Amino acid sequence: MDVREKLVQRLSRRIYAGWDSDLAHSFRSSPVTIIAALVALTIILAAIFAPWIAPQNPFDPRQLNLMDGFTPPGQENPFTGNTFLLGSDGQGRDVFSAILYGARVSLFVGFFAVLFSLVLGVTLGLIAGYVGGRADAVIMRIADVQLTFPVILVALLIFGVARGFLPPQHREAMAVYVLIVAIGLSDWVQYARTVRGATMVQKSREYVAAARLIGRSPFAIMSRHVLPNVTEPILVIATISLALAIIAEATLSFLGVGVPPTQPSLGTLIRFGQGFLFSGEWWILLFPSLTLLALALSVNLLGDWLREALNPRLR
Amino acid sequence: MVGPAPADLVARREAASDSVVEVRGLVRDFDVSASWLHRTLSGEPRRVVKAVGGVSFDIRRGETLALVGESGSGKSTIAKMVVGLLPPTAGSIRIDGTDIWDPANAPKLRDLRRRFQMIFQDPFASLNPRWRVRDIIAEPLDVFGITRGRATRDRVGELLTTVKLTPEDGEKYPHQFSGGQRQRICIARALASEPEFLVCDEPTSALDVSVQAQILNLMRDLQDRLGLTYLFISHNLAVVRHMADRIGVLYLGGLAEVAPAKAMFRDPRHPYTRSLIDAIPDIDMTGRERTPITGEIPNPLDPPPGCTFHPRCPFARERCRREVPRAFAEASGALVACHGVEEGWVGQAPAGQKAV
Amino acid sequence: MTDAVLSVRNLVVEFPTRRGILRALDGISFDVGPGEILGVVGESGAGKSITGSAIIGLLDPPGRIAGGEIRLKGERIDNLPTERLNRIRGKRIGMVFQDPLTSLNPLFTVGQQLAETIQHHLRLGERESRQRAIDLLAEVGIPAPEARIDNYPHQFSGGMRQRVVIALALCAEPDFVIADEPTTALDVSVQAQVIQVFRRLCRERGTSAILITHDMGVIAEAADRVAVLYAGRIAEVGAVRDVLKRPLHPYTQGLMGSIPSLTGEGERLVQIPGAMPRLNAIPEGCAFNPRCPRVMDICRRERPPLIDADGACVTCWLYDERTEQPPAREAPAVGRPA
Repeated sequence: MDVREKLVQRLSRRIYAGWDSDLAHSFRSSPVTIIAALVALTIILAAIFAPWIAPQNPFDPRQLNLMDGFTPPGQENPFTGNTFLLGSDGQGRDVFSAILYGARVSLFVGFFAVLFSLVLGVTLGLIAGYVGGRADAVIMRIADVQLTFPVILVALLIFGVARGFLPPQHREAMAVYVLIVAIGLSDWVQYARTVRGATMVQKSREYVAAARLIGRSPFAIMSRHVLPNVTEPILVIATISLALAIIAEATLSFLGVGVPPTQPSLGTLIRFGQGFLFSGEWWILLFPSLTLLALALSVNLLGDWLREALNPRLR
Repeated sequence: MVGPAPADLVARREAASDSVVEVRGLVRDFDVSASWLHRTLSGEPRRVVKAVGGVSFDIRRGETLALVGESGSGKSTIAKMVVGLLPPTAGSIRIDGTDIWDPANAPKLRDLRRRFQMIFQDPFASLNPRWRVRDIIAEPLDVFGITRGRATRDRVGELLTTVKLTPEDGEKYPHQFSGGQRQRICIARALASEPEFLVCDEPTSALDVSVQAQILNLMRDLQDRLGLTYLFISHNLAVVRHMADRIGVLYLGGLAEVAPAKAMFRDPRHPYTRSLIDAIPDIDMTGRERTPITGEIPNPLDPPPGCTFHPRCPFARERCRREVPRAFAEASGALVACHGVEEGWVGQAPAGQKAV
Repeated sequence: MTDAVLSVRNLVVEFPTRRGILRALDGISFDVGPGEILGVVGESGAGKSITGSAIIGLLDPPGRIAGGEIRLKGERIDNLPTERLNRIRGKRIGMVFQDPLTSLNPLFTVGQQLAETIQHHLRLGERESRQRAIDLLAEVGIPAPEARIDNYPHQFSGGMRQRVVIALALCAEPDFVIADEPTTALDVSVQAQVIQVFRRLCRERGTSAILITHDMGVIAEAADRVAVLYAGRIAEVGAVRDVLKRPLHPYTQGLMGSIPSLTGEGERLVQIPGAMPRLNAIPEGCAFNPRCPRVMDICRRERPPLIDADGACVTCWLYDERTEQPPAREAPAVGRPA
């Protein structure tokens, strides 16, 4: 048998094993999860491919026409004859396109905020759990203190401090990254706590003793032995906190301390939209809100399902 | 119960033979007191458990020394200290003459580590569930730089064959194996660095008897073939008798008796050894008379004064309540820590002790 | 046997899973006579604990009894509604589990728990119940029972706790006791004490019992007869002395040979090759045939029935009259070296 055939065979076996696994089975038998996955996937793909899907680039002033302003969804603008699927805002911006580009920013911030807090939290959790003693005490006390403040407050604080330090000409450009760090720093505690607990369980297992016996360094044991065995809870937390990070970003942007208006996220769109609610232009608020709701809810449902499916006690 | 066996006594007895392991006055305390804050507020003193209280023994090249004891006897604690997983509070452990806990020997330790290995109790916890079996067995080969690439693969296959698995099994994950097969994998990993000394911590107590027989046979075959030295830890006297050349009986962190296996079963000296042998179920249905030991193991936080066995000992006298017995050598070659045996008021063949 | 206290016939227990139905027990039959202790022994996965759970109706879902019947003094108990089964448990069937803490409520003193059970089942007054509880504690060998009766479970040591559980199992004067690995969690020296107490109490009160264990030593100590299970089926049932000293089934012979002996000269242990099959891969015919040193053609095709041989019952074609050469009992191919 030549190498390619072997490879194909191994791959197909892998795919079959994946499809036949308990995880896949529990996915297939839960309609809510399937719908949630479809919704999340649609929004994520639409956000990624926004430049190709969106009818206009809502942030390119050359593509905007003030005459298009406040066109209700699906109706023809009496002056220009343009129609907008989800209506347009005061500057003639297509709400549908704005949502696609907004979701892009929201997801970008959410994803990297989660990644940042995950790397930070997992690293600190592993050290606290494996090394123990003083390192553990210091890390966990910091975590405790941070937990007593609401996430948004911490993020606001970090955001404020960071803005104070940045030179004014870079503030706009750096805002997204500051936001990522702010949300990420406010969310590492739950990773650290979970990973610490799981690490302490794994540390007492004999395979860790076997690795110590041959003189493996603590770093090698943490990264090569312990980490692969604590990934399941991390995955669950990451999924659920993706939803939370998106909401946190939206909240901060809504409060006006998030991304700059030149690059609006879903939260910024909602902030703009609420001003028009009572003057009758409801669509400018409603559609971004619905998108945020659908995104956060579906990702959260996926996280919930993952937690149930990976919980050995419920299996 | 035993004070530290007089080191010079042990040394004299063992000097002639070629010892792989020399353990002298090994002590291990565990601090089980509440947190500092709690202690200060409630005025509680520090609480220390003496898990191992001054144990000395030697293991000669090619022999199997078994340590047998019930829960709280400190047998697993000793095993962990001997392989360097747990630092002793006091005492020394020399492997091939090198004190493994002496910081000055740290540079030598890397090479020394190749020479001893451990087989663990729970085959379901001792293999990393996320690793393929071949990677598990290859890890010591990589770490010690014994083989690389293709040679590693061949060596892993060879090791799997040694423990009566197939090289193809290397592709699988631990959960695809039964308990007995996993224990074989553990043995293969332990053998990877070609050690001469293996510490086996209850290697079969998690296994069914028929599987236990396979593993015990395998371990003996390997000992014959590779000239291994074993420290065999168990609570099961029948298994210990089958495997060991010499047996050390532990009670509450101290050695009650050390004797050649056959002699110990023929003529147990220490009253605790006698009652342990008596407690073995009569599976051969010989109708042998037995007097089960009374009472239970005392709380190690609050051990009895004097000989720790005296509250359960049918022969206990005043001296046992006051004075910790020291180990002395009997003419038969046994080391016993018992006032009664030393002074001769524990009879040669007490009630309940029949030929076994 | 019509006078059997407990009679199990062709018991089948199944666990439906999404990969098909697993048969955990497949046609188990045995009787327990009055005052008799039947040992049920087997390796992990042989189905011994499931046998116990099936009898008391406490199978973990999705397990279910899929066939056969269980009778307690002639009355079927395998198809009772939960409510009636609850009344039988505790009153007519006492239970002792491996972990004494599963049977004891940590929030009540042992005296309260014993007295309440006695009061409830025997319809005695408060003072008599308490006196009865003290007597029972004395019987199971707890020193100073008058003082200890007001202690909480955590104030007892492991061995003492298991004695309390035995007292609790026997206090309602049940027809029948199921003990599932009652001494496995205990130390060797304590194990012997607890087994003796269990055996003595059953003897004195004429209570029948099933003693489930993986340990042949416990069987030798306490049981009158023993049923050896293999892969959810009975391999052999007989008097303890016979089964231990002269096992008939090649599996039992191998099992006995694999136990390290206290008398031998440290010879190699008999080892049975391979491992017990998983429930989803039980071979055709006799479940033991791939590992059997004396396997014949018929073993691979047909499941052996329970055959009467020499006073014991064994499911092995070697003892069927139709097979050509009935084997001599004294010379097993594998077996315990004398």
